[in-house]
Amino acid sequence: MKTHHFLRATVAVLASTLLLTGCEKPPPETVQLGYRGVGQELVANPKILAATVAANQVPTPQPPVSSDGPRAGDVYENVQVLGDLSVGEFSRLMVAMTEWVSPEEGCNYCHVDEGFQYDTKYTKRVARVMTVMTQNANVAWGDHVGGAGVTCYTCHRGLNIPANVWATDPGQPHAPGVMTAGQNIASVTAAYSSLPNDPLTPYLEGDEEEAKDLPWRVAGRTALPTGNRSSVKQTEWIYSLMMHFSDSLGVNCTHCHNTRAFYDWEQSSPARVKAWYGIRMVREMNNKYVNDTADWLPDHRKGPMGDPLKVNCATCHQGAYKPLLGANMIQDYPNLARYTLAAKTEPAAEEAMETAPMDDPEAGDAMQEAVEEIIEEEMTTSE
Amino acid sequence: MSLLSFERKYRVRGGTLIGGDLFDFWVGPFYVGFFGVSTAFFALLGTALILVGASMGDTWNIWRINIAPPDLSYGLGIAPFAEGGCWQLVTICAIGAFVSWILRQAEIARKLGMGLHVPFAFSYAVLAYVTLVVIRPVLLGAWGHGFPYGILSHLDWVSNVGYQFLHFHYNPAHMIAITFFFTTAMALSMHGSLILMATDPRDGEKVKTGEHENTFFRDDIGYSIGALGIHRLGLFIALGAAFWSAVCIVISGPFWTRGWPEWWNWWLELPIWN
Repeated sequence: MKTHHFLRATVAVLASTLLLTGCEKPPPETVQLGYRGVGQELVANPKILAATVAANQVPTPQPPVSSDGPRAGDVYENVQVLGDLSVGEFSRLMVAMTEWVSPEEGCNYCHVDEGFQYDTKYTKRVARVMTVMTQNANVAWGDHVGGAGVTCYTCHRGLNIPANVWATDPGQPHAPGVMTAGQNIASVTAAYSSLPNDPLTPYLEGDEEEAKDLPWRVAGRTALPTGNRSSVKQTEWIYSLMMHFSDSLGVNCTHCHNTRAFYDWEQSSPARVKAWYGIRMVREMNNKYVNDTADWLPDHRKGPMGDPLKVNCATCHQGAYKPLLGANMIQDYPNLARYTLAAKTEPAAEEAMETAPMDDPEAGDAMQEAVEEIIEEEMTTSE
Repeated sequence: MSLLSFERKYRVRGGTLIGGDLFDFWVGPFYVGFFGVSTAFFALLGTALILVGASMGDTWNIWRINIAPPDLSYGLGIAPFAEGGCWQLVTICAIGAFVSWILRQAEIARKLGMGLHVPFAFSYAVLAYVTLVVIRPVLLGAWGHGFPYGILSHLDWVSNVGYQFLHFHYNPAHMIAITFFFTTAMALSMHGSLILMATDPRDGEKVKTGEHENTFFRDDIGYSIGALGIHRLGLFIALGAAFWSAVCIVISGPFWTRGWPEWWNWWLELPIWN
């Protein structure tokens, strides 16, 4: 009898714990993304949504200054990237960068007491590479960042290192002879699934040539098997990357796809076009800019395999379907949206355009409007 | 359809829930009753509405006919007929017909002095349907969350709703439901083959008894659940499948909005190793 009671109590405690920790409270927020009844919907917890809104507020811009007057490159020594700015603009941007990246350490996070011109600290050299990278994103990758643009704050949010960065994952320790195949653990990157735990290294680091050989388009295009040789393993790799996309943006697969035909651009939402460019933009960021720092970056800024900490979707998006929920910061910092050192970088998106899907990214973005509406509601109710 | 000679004696009066003697008669082999009439009414009206809905669509291809629920913007209100109102009426008719059928089964069981096992079991299938088109939509706040009526369109809905939670196979209730479904299939195939083995012997041999059946499974797996037991087990696992299917979809959205893999973080976060 006693064991009976004990058993019943244990079950009751376990069940209620599960109910409390494993459940959210209805009703959630829902947004219809496709034709009625198709099931393309955003389903979001209002509490999480409110937290996302709170975490994505834009800092007050620095007071504007004149773009006239002598150039920073002429006045200061060793200004390699931002030389084309007026002295006022240059100082303003430096103040903003300090606020965005090293609010506690101040100027000395990058600069030394001996003089602003010295490249003694690696952080100053990184800042230079990152500045060009940011300008390139805004100039060449408007198809992905268009409208809102990106600044240092998009990723850094007051932190030296953005909250979401990645390096090649060496995998879990395991007994010899056990085939882990780079998967079968709860992978944070793959949204806690057991799919391949590091889809980022193959998909988001290599150059365009390397990426061509990867399993991207694994879904069959016919109802019956007609020669699609993609394996389950290959499918799991791209699914893992897609899990990372979804989790980084706080959305689900139907944000971009009508899952009855993942491959079909006609049935996909305009957001999928943005993602198509995003993949190529991030790959270029890692390949061309971040990995450029590998030779001189200190070890404590590298991953376990010795590669620099890199960019993925979460680096900018941080759980929001648009970084900072689409707030436009770049209008206050136009110098981050142009090349301030002539012919430094060439637009890379031109060649990609040829094979890009023809779709108007602005057309029919009902999801965007709906989400914005929700966010507005959330903000008024949470205040 | 002919009536077996002894069947007539089971046609007894009474046991009705509604209508008394009014509908207490048979048409051919079928018992009518009040709920037979209401089943026929709702089924015919619902089918007619589906035909009307199909006529307003752009295809008569049987696979592609689609009667879709309203846009989410209609919430829990009534939508115009052409914009989901048809779906709402068909849903009312379907529930009317299914529930009538449960009650008709109950009346027949009462007439025959049987238990209510059959209507009880069938009500689980109806519960699963009602969960999909009423309970979950109400919890989510819009009829538009129901699934569309169409052979392919409802499959598209299933696919997309699964992907709303990134990886539906991580849904714990879905795991349980699938396990019940597979177990049902296995138990039924083993039971069916056992019965055929015993009752359909080779030429010249006699039909085997229950002792043979029991002995086979005792030799095979060390245990035979028995002739009555297998049907109790079958009922349990079949109803388990329907019940947990309903649970797995009603928790997706109303009680969990993120990817299902993430739900399992409670395991990773157990204080034992975290």
